[in-house]
Amino acid sequence: MRRYFGRKLLVYGLTFFMAVTVNWLVPRLMPGDPVASMLARARVAQPEAQEALRVYYNNLFGFDQPWWQQYLNSWGALFRGDFGISLWAFPTPVADLLTRAVPYSLALLIPSILISWVIGNRLGALAARRKVLDNTVLPVSYVLTATPYLWLAALMAWGFGIVWGIFPVAGGYSFSMTPSFTWPFFVDLLWHWVLPFASLFLVALGGWAIGMRNVIIYELESDYANYLSALGAPQKLIRRYAFRNAVLPQITGLALQLGVLVAGALVTEIVFSYPGLGSLILAAIQNKDFFLLQGAFLFIVLGVLIANFIIDVIYVIVDPRTRVGMAGASA
Amino acid sequence: MTLEVDDLRVYYRTLKGDVQALDGVSFGVKDGEILGLAGESGCGKTTLGKALIRLDGRMKHVGGSVTLDDQVLPIGDDVKMNPYRFKQVSLIPQYSMSAMNPTRKIGRMVRELLDSRKVKLDLDELHNRLDLVELPREVLGKYPIELSGGMKQRMVMVISTLLNPSLLIADEITSALDVSTQKAVVTTLKGFRDRGFVKSMLFITHDISLTNQLADTIMVMYAGKLAEKAPAGVVVNAPKHPYTQLLISSLPEVGVRYADKRLTGIPGNPPSLLNPVPGCRFRDRCPLAFDKCAEEPPPVEVEKDHVVACWKAA
Repeated sequence: MRRYFGRKLLVYGLTFFMAVTVNWLVPRLMPGDPVASMLARARVAQPEAQEALRVYYNNLFGFDQPWWQQYLNSWGALFRGDFGISLWAFPTPVADLLTRAVPYSLALLIPSILISWVIGNRLGALAARRKVLDNTVLPVSYVLTATPYLWLAALMAWGFGIVWGIFPVAGGYSFSMTPSFTWPFFVDLLWHWVLPFASLFLVALGGWAIGMRNVIIYELESDYANYLSALGAPQKLIRRYAFRNAVLPQITGLALQLGVLVAGALVTEIVFSYPGLGSLILAAIQNKDFFLLQGAFLFIVLGVLIANFIIDVIYVIVDPRTRVGMAGASA
Repeated sequence: MTLEVDDLRVYYRTLKGDVQALDGVSFGVKDGEILGLAGESGCGKTTLGKALIRLDGRMKHVGGSVTLDDQVLPIGDDVKMNPYRFKQVSLIPQYSMSAMNPTRKIGRMVRELLDSRKVKLDLDELHNRLDLVELPREVLGKYPIELSGGMKQRMVMVISTLLNPSLLIADEITSALDVSTQKAVVTTLKGFRDRGFVKSMLFITHDISLTNQLADTIMVMYAGKLAEKAPAGVVVNAPKHPYTQLLISSLPEVGVRYADKRLTGIPGNPPSLLNPVPGCRFRDRCPLAFDKCAEEPPPVEVEKDHVVACWKAA
């Protein structure tokens, strides 16, 4: 058991190292000079003043050091919990921007992933049981899962927001409101949350339902199901066993899909101008904001890694075969 | 008579038509009797075994009846058959290695199975039977994956016979085992019968020499029909049906060298059971076939307990 988790942690550590390195590298490989665009924004006319400002900025962000020094510095800063200062929203620290955006992203991601997984599995299991349901749930699921996130998001924003005017189409809350811990603000928040959540939820739902239906059918044909039927066990017991065993590959699927779901959420946020990490990343790319981009990606990488680790732990708990494998079998 | 099967017909539905896999088979099994059911693959022996406990989705009960302990089994009705399964008819499947739910501890699975059948688990009895097949009691706290193949086989044997069924169907249970384990399984099954755990048994196999060690009576089937049924010794030593004779003669004998005389087997293949031609189904391969074989030979009791379906034998 300890060796298993030791190995897992090592793999996660390596992944984290690689991810941070790539995160550091990618913004710096983008064309364009962030300091130049900051200077352009500052509208300083005199060449001497401009030069002084350039030196100041380059020194502030450490761009005057050799690249390997910059790379090591970024690791040092990371361990101090310092994400640097945003270039785009200068001089706001990146950490502040992130802590403002992350709750919105999590509020979208966690419910849409978990609820779509649970309901999708139930729906798939039901579809495997009844022909009528199978003939309706399956085609709908195929359409849903093949739908690109941003297309469904745009369609829903247009339909529910513009044509019917039921839900707001943009923002995390009304522009006329200031964030506060009051009921009206909370309701407003919820109202803005519905459409982005629903579009994420629907696309993910289809995939889980299809997966579950197929695995359940496979499980119901398996030897243990046949044996139980031959011994006259009621369908209820057999279905319970089949469902539980079919959930296992779905858990693995969840771990695999996590990254895709996060990417989908980022795109959806942009469609709805939702103030989460997705919108932040878009702004960072448009403004060549190295530090903000690095910080946002770091959050996502950390989130996906932690979620994967939790799934690993859950898997060990629910599938005895993994535990037995660790302890060694007895003859 | 524990079991009485009368003119049982079970067909497989296919797109091309009905495959007459079991076409009018009648026989009986007495109290305490072990009936060995032999024949080559495709002869209908597994179909017969399944018909007695659970037809699969493609199988159709066309005619005939099965009577167990003076009750007619509703074999064509999956739901009505349920109360009889496990309690009166039970099965040791071909796939013992994967017959148990991999994600449940064995003890818990047994309890859940018995609960679902509204039977109280007699833990002492279960322990006794585990002792009998030399399984440690700890297996109940283990997952199937933690057991070796032989242990799983014995565990399934214990589960299947836990409610003392009148009829136990053992379908090709020794096919995947090595010879010494086969012998142990056969001995265990005999022990189950002698202790009264099972009243009678249908032992399905393609291995005639193994059947001979276990069975009181051997029934040989060919192409969905009964060919010959007689006490084990008679079938092996003095078979009357030409198919049985050829089957027995194609078995290698221990201590005989086959350098000069090659084992020949039976030339030809069994007929297609999709719209089979009338008459004896073995006549294309039969060395004794003559004109009369175009008519179907009825099973005739030539001696006491010796039934043969062949014009030449009668």
